[in-house]
Amino acid sequence: MLQINNLHATVGEKPILKGLTLSLGAGEIHAIMGPNGAGKSTLGYVLSGRPGYEVTEGSVTFNGQDLLALEPHERAAAGLFLGFQYPVEIPGVSNVQFLREALNAQRKHREEAPLSGAEFLKVAREQAGALGMDMDMLKRPVNVGFSGGEKKRNEMVQMGIIDPALAILDETDSGLDIDALRIVGDGINRIMRRPDKAVLLITHYQRLLDYVKPDFVHVLDGGRITRTGGAELALELERDGYKELAA
Amino acid sequence: MNPSAPTRRDEAWRYSDIAAVEAAWPLPAAEAIVVPAGGNFERTIVQDSGTIHQLDIAIGKGAAAAIHVLNIGGDYGRVELNVTLHEKSDFKLGVVQIGGNTQTLEIVTTVTHAQPKARSSQIVRSILAGKATGTYLGKVAVARDAQLTDSVQSVKAMLLDRSATANAKPELEIYADDVKCAHGCAIGELDPMGLFYLQARGIAPADAKKLMLQAFVAGVFEGAADEEMLTVAALKKLVDLV
Repeated sequence: MLQINNLHATVGEKPILKGLTLSLGAGEIHAIMGPNGAGKSTLGYVLSGRPGYEVTEGSVTFNGQDLLALEPHERAAAGLFLGFQYPVEIPGVSNVQFLREALNAQRKHREEAPLSGAEFLKVAREQAGALGMDMDMLKRPVNVGFSGGEKKRNEMVQMGIIDPALAILDETDSGLDIDALRIVGDGINRIMRRPDKAVLLITHYQRLLDYVKPDFVHVLDGGRITRTGGAELALELERDGYKELAA
Repeated sequence: MNPSAPTRRDEAWRYSDIAAVEAAWPLPAAEAIVVPAGGNFERTIVQDSGTIHQLDIAIGKGAAAAIHVLNIGGDYGRVELNVTLHEKSDFKLGVVQIGGNTQTLEIVTTVTHAQPKARSSQIVRSILAGKATGTYLGKVAVARDAQLTDSVQSVKAMLLDRSATANAKPELEIYADDVKCAHGCAIGELDPMGLFYLQARGIAPADAKKLMLQAFVAGVFEGAADEEMLTVAALKKLVDLV
């Protein structure tokens, strides 16, 4: 589904990714772990096309398309979803309005008919309910006044509504208490664990992986993948730390 | 060329398109509006053809006046309001200015609290692109015995290009000692992270900008009799701009 080949990227002249190669197949969940500054978030931003993140070498293919040639909104329409580490507050724009516009923009791009207000609200209500989020919160401005945990939960509601083929979740587990972590973990499994979907989980900690069992765990260090293993690699990392592993 | 016309030395015309002002000079007398005691007045001004509007409004005891302005058209558009509030009267002003190219758009107000316990609220939102200039000059004057005056000025401008200009000058002249006069002023750009967030969810760049700008001006026309017409006209102008 996603092939990243020898990816090099810079942020404001500074090289961050230095030859990253990674391949995700349909039906797979991959976790990327690594120390601070390894380039984990940069990878998420590069794949979703954030301005200022410049690819200097390498290629990324998503379902046979050259992902890097697409604009951020075209990547979303192609089925890519980035769960933000720090979801952005947008004063004055309601969640419902934003999501309906986003979903219908994607559908239009794929030449599908737009959802009516009622159809959309039905989907939104289902997803919010499944993640224990109040519909009233969905009517409030995007992320404004939300706690850290509520913002992350809102990301999952958005993912449920948009129903992407590939989700890149950037530290979706950070800032969550134990109950919220379980709800978010269940959400990821429910929405994304399908034979035709894939997930790239960017995380610092093993604990989310207790709920969302990865098929592969990669260590990202110094801008490249330095080790790949199964779920047991995450446990090893948790026990021994990155330093030990590098030695 | 026109010796009686104002120049840039006149504070109230400092940021104006002086050539356009000279061409329009002399101006007809300002429209005089008197809201009788206990009365209720509402007016919508859509400046879409490059004109200068001057209004003198006297609001009687316990009366209310609400003015909504959409300043969008012509090379030079100016709306000038001279408001006098009497006891326990209420004045509300909501302004949206949207300009592009080399447009110069101005809202100039003088709000005088002549008597006690009156309230005034001014909300001004400007969106400026290209080489446009948007200006708010707003003076609130509180007379010596106008105690318990409650006045608010909220002025914000959004610059879509670095080549656009926003001027904002809220000004207070207070002679009473028991008053509440709030004023806030901000000039900024669209949050790039917000734009990226909207795009990452599938919204095209121009639509993302439009959504954020709609949010920026939301509420200014709330409660206006022509709210829908004003909102639609503002949106139409925004579409031309982004």
